[in-house]
Amino acid sequence: MANSTEKPKSFQEIILRLQNYWAEKGCAVLQPYDMEVGAGTFHPATTLRALGSTHWTAAYVQPSRRPTDGRYGDSPNRWQHYYQYQVIIKPSPPNLQDLYLGSLEAIGINMDVHDIRFVEDDWESPTLGAWGLGWEVWCDGMEVSQFTYFQQVGGHDCHPVSGELTYGLERLAMYVLGYDDGNEMPFNDPASPIPLTYGDVFREAEAQYARWNFDVADTDTLLKHFEDAEAECARILEQPADDPKTGRRIVMAQPAYDQCIKASHLFNLLDARGVISVTERQAYIGRVRALAKACADAFVQTSAGGWVAAE
Amino acid sequence: MSDLLIELFSEEIPARMQARASEDLKKMVTDGLVEAGLTYAHAGAFATPRRLTLTIEGLLDKSPDVREERKGPRADAPEKAIEGFLRGAGVSREDLIEREEKKGTILYAIIEKQGRPAAEIVAEVLEKTIRTFPWPKSMRWGTGSLRWVRPLHRILCILTDDAGEATVVPLDVDGIQASNVTEGHRFMAPDAFTVSSFDDYTTKLKRAYVLINPEERAEMIWNDATNAAFANGLEVVEDRGLLAENAGLVEWPVTLMGAIADEYLSLPPEVLQTSMKEHQKFFSVKNPSNGRIERFITVANRETSDNGATILAGNLKVLSARLADAKFFWENDLRVAKSEGLEAWTAKLSNVTFHNKLGSQKDRIDRIAELARKIAPSVGADADLSAKAALVVKADLSSEMVFEFPELQGLMGRYYSEAAGLPAEIANACEEHYSPLGPSDDVPTAPVSVTVALADKLDVLTGFWAIDEKPTGSKDPFALRRAALGVIRLLLTNDIRMSLSEVFGDAEWSTDLLSFFHDRLKVFLRDDGIRHDVIDACLAMPGNDDITLLVKRARALSDVLKTEDGENMVQGFKRANNILTQAEEKDGVEYSFGADPKFADTPEEKALFAAFDAAEEQIKPAMEREDFAAAMQAMATMRGAVDGFFEAVQVNADSDILRRNRLNMLSSIRSICLQVADLTQLEG
Repeated sequence: MANSTEKPKSFQEIILRLQNYWAEKGCAVLQPYDMEVGAGTFHPATTLRALGSTHWTAAYVQPSRRPTDGRYGDSPNRWQHYYQYQVIIKPSPPNLQDLYLGSLEAIGINMDVHDIRFVEDDWESPTLGAWGLGWEVWCDGMEVSQFTYFQQVGGHDCHPVSGELTYGLERLAMYVLGYDDGNEMPFNDPASPIPLTYGDVFREAEAQYARWNFDVADTDTLLKHFEDAEAECARILEQPADDPKTGRRIVMAQPAYDQCIKASHLFNLLDARGVISVTERQAYIGRVRALAKACADAFVQTSAGGWVAAE
Repeated sequence: MSDLLIELFSEEIPARMQARASEDLKKMVTDGLVEAGLTYAHAGAFATPRRLTLTIEGLLDKSPDVREERKGPRADAPEKAIEGFLRGAGVSREDLIEREEKKGTILYAIIEKQGRPAAEIVAEVLEKTIRTFPWPKSMRWGTGSLRWVRPLHRILCILTDDAGEATVVPLDVDGIQASNVTEGHRFMAPDAFTVSSFDDYTTKLKRAYVLINPEERAEMIWNDATNAAFANGLEVVEDRGLLAENAGLVEWPVTLMGAIADEYLSLPPEVLQTSMKEHQKFFSVKNPSNGRIERFITVANRETSDNGATILAGNLKVLSARLADAKFFWENDLRVAKSEGLEAWTAKLSNVTFHNKLGSQKDRIDRIAELARKIAPSVGADADLSAKAALVVKADLSSEMVFEFPELQGLMGRYYSEAAGLPAEIANACEEHYSPLGPSDDVPTAPVSVTVALADKLDVLTGFWAIDEKPTGSKDPFALRRAALGVIRLLLTNDIRMSLSEVFGDAEWSTDLLSFFHDRLKVFLRDDGIRHDVIDACLAMPGNDDITLLVKRARALSDVLKTEDGENMVQGFKRANNILTQAEEKDGVEYSFGADPKFADTPEEKALFAAFDAAEEQIKPAMEREDFAAAMQAMATMRGAVDGFFEAVQVNADSDILRRNRLNMLSSIRSICLQVADLTQLEG
């Protein structure tokens, strides 16, 4: 492993160092969830696993999409597709702040010359019916992470409480690597035979998605897909817990939750197309939240969610 | 005597909650101790981002012994009654004594409570304080159920006796055991150490780069900041809220000054200030010779080997990115304002819903413009100019700058109006039409600004009344109470005569909205020391939809009631009114024919006729010119004659003629008083 006192050379090295660091601290290093999500929190490893009494620990990179943030690849610090690094530990350990600070050191931030601050910033996701208390973490006045103690998810009180860390990887990497334009920062080692920048990897796709998100995506189709996902989610959750074929108890919380994730992303696409008015917005958010709540209700009926069969 | 030291050490407490929390800690603990009989000499409370500290000096070592006698039943009372008494008093039969009293032999229980050691009481009080602490928002963590603002890590709780010997107060709150241990600055001196007294604690913490007193930290930040600015011929823009917030974000403040790059110096100073304050909590540093914001001060939480160079460079980088955004918005906005005009932005507001039942922002602006035109004459403003102003005052809501910094609404409108070459009156109205916001906010006085400000607020009120979304209880999501108070202050400050009923029209809700205004007015005038019954007496008069007239009357009445003559005259009025009401009820007639002086037969009666004539002569013209003060003073001059009349004259005389004449006289007095205000509404 690279010596942490040495500055990382690339975007990917920062990711690799975070992976190594949290693996050493005992987290299950997961892979990204294979669906379009708006943020790392949407990964079932966070949203669903924060529910119920079962202990849990995971770390992963989550490619995330915010269609309205698209700038055709021209912005130095905004992309509709970006990476979040997510750590969740349940129950939150007493030394979570120290563990977090250790991860900053691991990616080359020297604690002796920087000013790290925990500034109040409570987190709330209206679409997930979730909230928690915590901070945004400042490094020399720049927000580098979000640090949250989950109190509620999908309308359920979290017991035990999960500690969640979210690193905005592009911004963090630009800072650590010293680039003002994120597109110019090295994605792999600049000394590699084929050196690639972040822009080399993503710029072209950014323009394509910006055009599709803002002007081309068919809103009728998106709307229909939204309604289909909503209906399918409800249909899944209507099924009895006992599977008639296997005779086993199988509560399908996660397949239902997939539909909730889909609906959420479709809402974001519709929003980017500018077809959702201010008043309709609240109604859509409410519909997605209703799905998230129903999935949370189902998850606590699974053994991963702490359900135990009555004697 | 002992000294008590408590420190509750946690993860970072939000800056805005610290001051209140340290006061709450002090109050809850000292109240609890005193209630348990432990008095003290002095208490002080402090807060940092990671700790709440309480020091109590001169605390009793134990609570005093208490001996209480409780009276019970007679000795020969049924056994059950005696048993009940024993249970209630918590004593046994042997503890009872007997006393011979008039009613026989009475049992008394002697209850003796031993004083308890301070440590025991402190432990109880502190545990209760922690478990019931009133954080505005609190949370759980890990597997526990304890709530605190953020995870609580340590409880330091020691009693130090006169010899300087410290003992830890035994206490365990959900697994957190009290100790004499704390730790220093998170980065500069993270090791834990023990302390033996408050002095020892502050000294060791200071050595460990922690200043526990927020005022000391604020003072240090302010001194360092102003010194650094002064050395460069500059001055720091004062901002107490920002200073307190910064003091709440650091345990060891280190101020660093940086320069704003030249390319951003052309931004309006408010934009620089807002961007730096909101995003980064920087102080603005102004060049007094040209009024420009040229530098900033940031407050770091530590010293570094490179004297803050890395920290300052990082902050500058973030600032540049922010200001680049602001400059981009500013330049784009200016271009639009100059080329397309502000109306183009207003037009865009047709896509923004104001409220689903009240249409878009644009619909609302059109209504405001129409109303502004209508009320401009009452304000003394040019109607066309007011309507034109109304059509652009909210245009900046479409600008990029206001989208980014909503708090700059209005002010940006001023800049953009000026850029678009609009008249100064319109530019002023952009900035001023939201005012007054709070009760201490300045009230605009420029006629066009006042007209648009009134139209804006009246539109919001009539709109929400029309769709029946009125404030209820503590719920007032559209700040309608504030809007009504704003209208009241605008009308009063500018002495504007306006019939609100005319503005409301004949809609069915108009009476209800008017009484909402009256309620707001009562609250507003109460703060001015005007009694609610005085307002009621004026509300009952015609023209009560004209706030300025109403208040003029109420102030005059309130003033006259403060004079001896005025107060007594009201008593005289009430007496006359009572006698009349009874007589009219009994006789079934109204005594409103006027009295004839020729039937006045006593000097007191004649004096009353003379006083009435003199008063009437003054009251009528005074009322015509709405000089309520003069009218009420004239009314009060009748006081002597009225008092003299009631003292010497029997109204219900044997002679029917005399009686009727006197009643008619009282009726004249009543009716002239009632022209001034409905004095029957006054209490007392």
